[in-house]
Amino acid sequence: MTQHHTGVPRARGAGTGRLTSSWHASGRPATLREHTACYGPPPQLSGRGRRELIDQVAASGLTGRGGAGFPTATKMRAVASGRGRPVVVANGMESEPASEKDQALLSRSPHLVLDGIATAAESIGATEAHLCLPRSRAWLIDAVLAAQDERYRAGLDRVPVTVHAMPHHYVSSEETALVRWLSGGEAKPMSTPPRPFERGAGKRPTLIDNAETLAHLALIGRYGGAWFRRAGAGGATGTMLTTVTGAVVRPGVYEVEAGLPVGDVLALAGLDGASEAVLIGGYFGTWHDLRTVTDLPLSAAGLRPAGGSPGAGVLVALPPGACGLAEAARILRYLASQSAQQCGPCIFGLPAIADDLSQLAAGRPDGDPLARLHRRLPVLVSRGACRHPDGAVRMAASALTAFAADVESHARHRSCQAAVRGRQDTPQSVETGRRPEYADSRDTEQFWDDDHRPAGAQYWSEGRRGQPDGRARWNAAPQRTALLPVPRPFAEGDWR
Amino acid sequence: MSSHAASTAADSVMHSVGMHAGSLAATGGSSPSPLWYATRATGVVALLLLTATVVLGVAGIARVDAPALPRVVRSGLHRNVSLLALAFVCVHIVTTVLDPFTSISIVNAVVPFSSSYRPLWLGLGAIAFDLLLAVIVTSLLRSRLPYRAWHAVHWLAYASWPVALWHGLGTGTDSRLPWLLLLDAACVLGVAGAVWWRLRLADSGNVRLAGTIATSAFVLATIVFVAVGPLQHGWARRAGTPGLGAARVLPAQVRPGRVTTAPGASRLTPAPGHGESAIASYPSRRLGGSA
Amino acid sequence: MTQKVQIDRTACTGHGLCADLLPELIELDEWGYPIVVDTVPPGLTAHARRAVSACPALALRLARAPRQHEHR
Repeated sequence: MTQHHTGVPRARGAGTGRLTSSWHASGRPATLREHTACYGPPPQLSGRGRRELIDQVAASGLTGRGGAGFPTATKMRAVASGRGRPVVVANGMESEPASEKDQALLSRSPHLVLDGIATAAESIGATEAHLCLPRSRAWLIDAVLAAQDERYRAGLDRVPVTVHAMPHHYVSSEETALVRWLSGGEAKPMSTPPRPFERGAGKRPTLIDNAETLAHLALIGRYGGAWFRRAGAGGATGTMLTTVTGAVVRPGVYEVEAGLPVGDVLALAGLDGASEAVLIGGYFGTWHDLRTVTDLPLSAAGLRPAGGSPGAGVLVALPPGACGLAEAARILRYLASQSAQQCGPCIFGLPAIADDLSQLAAGRPDGDPLARLHRRLPVLVSRGACRHPDGAVRMAASALTAFAADVESHARHRSCQAAVRGRQDTPQSVETGRRPEYADSRDTEQFWDDDHRPAGAQYWSEGRRGQPDGRARWNAAPQRTALLPVPRPFAEGDWR
Repeated sequence: MSSHAASTAADSVMHSVGMHAGSLAATGGSSPSPLWYATRATGVVALLLLTATVVLGVAGIARVDAPALPRVVRSGLHRNVSLLALAFVCVHIVTTVLDPFTSISIVNAVVPFSSSYRPLWLGLGAIAFDLLLAVIVTSLLRSRLPYRAWHAVHWLAYASWPVALWHGLGTGTDSRLPWLLLLDAACVLGVAGAVWWRLRLADSGNVRLAGTIATSAFVLATIVFVAVGPLQHGWARRAGTPGLGAARVLPAQVRPGRVTTAPGASRLTPAPGHGESAIASYPSRRLGGSA
Repeated sequence: MTQKVQIDRTACTGHGLCADLLPELIELDEWGYPIVVDTVPPGLTAHARRAVSACPALALRLARAPRQHEHR
């Protein structure tokens, strides 16, 4: 395996890195030739090379970048030794509204991801591969198809990759939802066992990896596991893509060393000094008082003592003028509306706790919402087919801890200024047991535009050449209390 | 007492008895076997049990908390009553097949519309039996079948019960009897009521509307059918009882007054005269399908 | 080998027969859906099997209990 190819800089503490190299070179999505010039030719694996590659991946310590953080080599080995011909599925769905890294990666460096799919497929002996993209992002699908065209004309990929335009719901990006949809069903999660790596799409062992994970895999295939380990700290290896938004001057997607302290990552994006709290991991993640996490490494091991996890590398800084409880309540209402409506605790429990938290935040308690929350939150954990209710519960519980002072003051004084200002944006309480109607907020246009590139974030802001994206940058002005993107709900029945 | 008055009195007694005797006398002369009664009885009981099963199935599974009858009990009852209903249906079939009065074979009981006795209405019974068997067998093997398959077959119960009801109304000897009409009405109301109540819990307005319309239409159709079918004269012939297609001759009127009989002959059974034939209210052995 | 009651959450529609038949191991939450509280002790195996076969949605099954953290 060739080592260090000229042109690929070693990852420094932050900024110009590995996945973003070709972008830095030209300031625009790389053509196949530019991609090859930057990274070198893709690895061609022979029989022994397959096993060697998986060993290199194991040596590299690569973990999944989709949020779960599962060791990639372990998954590859399990799929390779499963019964039946393996299938590779690349997960480019990115249903997390606060995350934009996969869209950025797939539109800026699609060849990296496609390389990774080819490498993974060859190493586990798969004869077909699939790339799942949300059908609400037509521009992204076009970009990927254009890249595929180039590769086809160059005769590159031995394993055919089918690009799919899938229904786009929050839970559609879950592993078993992909498997179910690819097997002809709806894009809703299924009960496990069996897990996809044993029996997935078409009853065959299926390797499902996040797009970014596969991009790293493509580079490990070229440069080896030891090279990958040269970056990384705090128990994690390699680099990772993070999406930093909220009360920052330069919101965007940053490639940083895994394990970089949270405070450093936020500083890269220009954190507002008065910000006091941060949401780590996305809507599925956890709220933290900034002071407690600013020195902790952005890695699974590093954040565990604080009860958090990097998830898909999402950081949202709470603006100084915003009410954390109100934001948490908004997220919870969104998550409740995104239930696949398959399991009772999720259908009924999520709207119930969303309602409770909303009452708490809005200062209009019906009874004792805090006591109800404390009673209900533990009951909802691990009682669904997927981890959707678990994530929602974890987010809500962390909000109660991180904003404990706010909880008290809301209970005493009935609300806070910020929550009052934000109330115009928020819908009324959620009716238990029914899928709630979600009011459109101003943010909907700006952050979740189906046919256009996502606005409000700049990509690859570090060391980027070329023109800025041209969209308005999101401004952390204090009068904006609504801070988190609230996507438009999808039509009922839109699961196939 | 003068012999004249005595004979007049005797005549009037004989007259009233004779009318009934005349209508009861089958040309074959033999009385209906106990198996025929058993068929009718087991049929009625089977219908009642089937109705109870359907009501328990429709209304019992609803998530209503009735402490006196917890869900487990309701579901256990549903299962056991259905098995009992099946047992009674089997006895009903066996007695029918064994009954010498009709020539219904076991094949007729399972293959619809294959009998010569009231083929349509008996065929409905065969259909109902087949459906019931399918539902019960799949339910006994529920743990080995995929849930969707079992559920789809179980819905056939919604076909089996009305078919069984109409079978009873069409084939049944006793359809006209008021107490049995009352029983049938109670069964219909029971099932319709259960379905209407259950529909109230349905999520979709369309389902509620369609279900209510369908159930009401069925109740109406049953009432209309009973009115123009079994309750009318001559239903037995219209239903296809074999041998009744021949020209009907009314029994000779027994005129009041003197009846002269040969000395020593029984006065209670007037011998049929020339040109007379009796209409049997149930099939006679001689006229029924034979050999 | 301890057994535990596993629930297929997508199949479960909250009938609640399992909680009636196995109250020692299964409780119902406020919306009528089951919470498995414990693994099956040897004395309750027959009752557990009955609960599994009584479920109208066939959502229950008996499985070997993992030695690690409990899964509700």
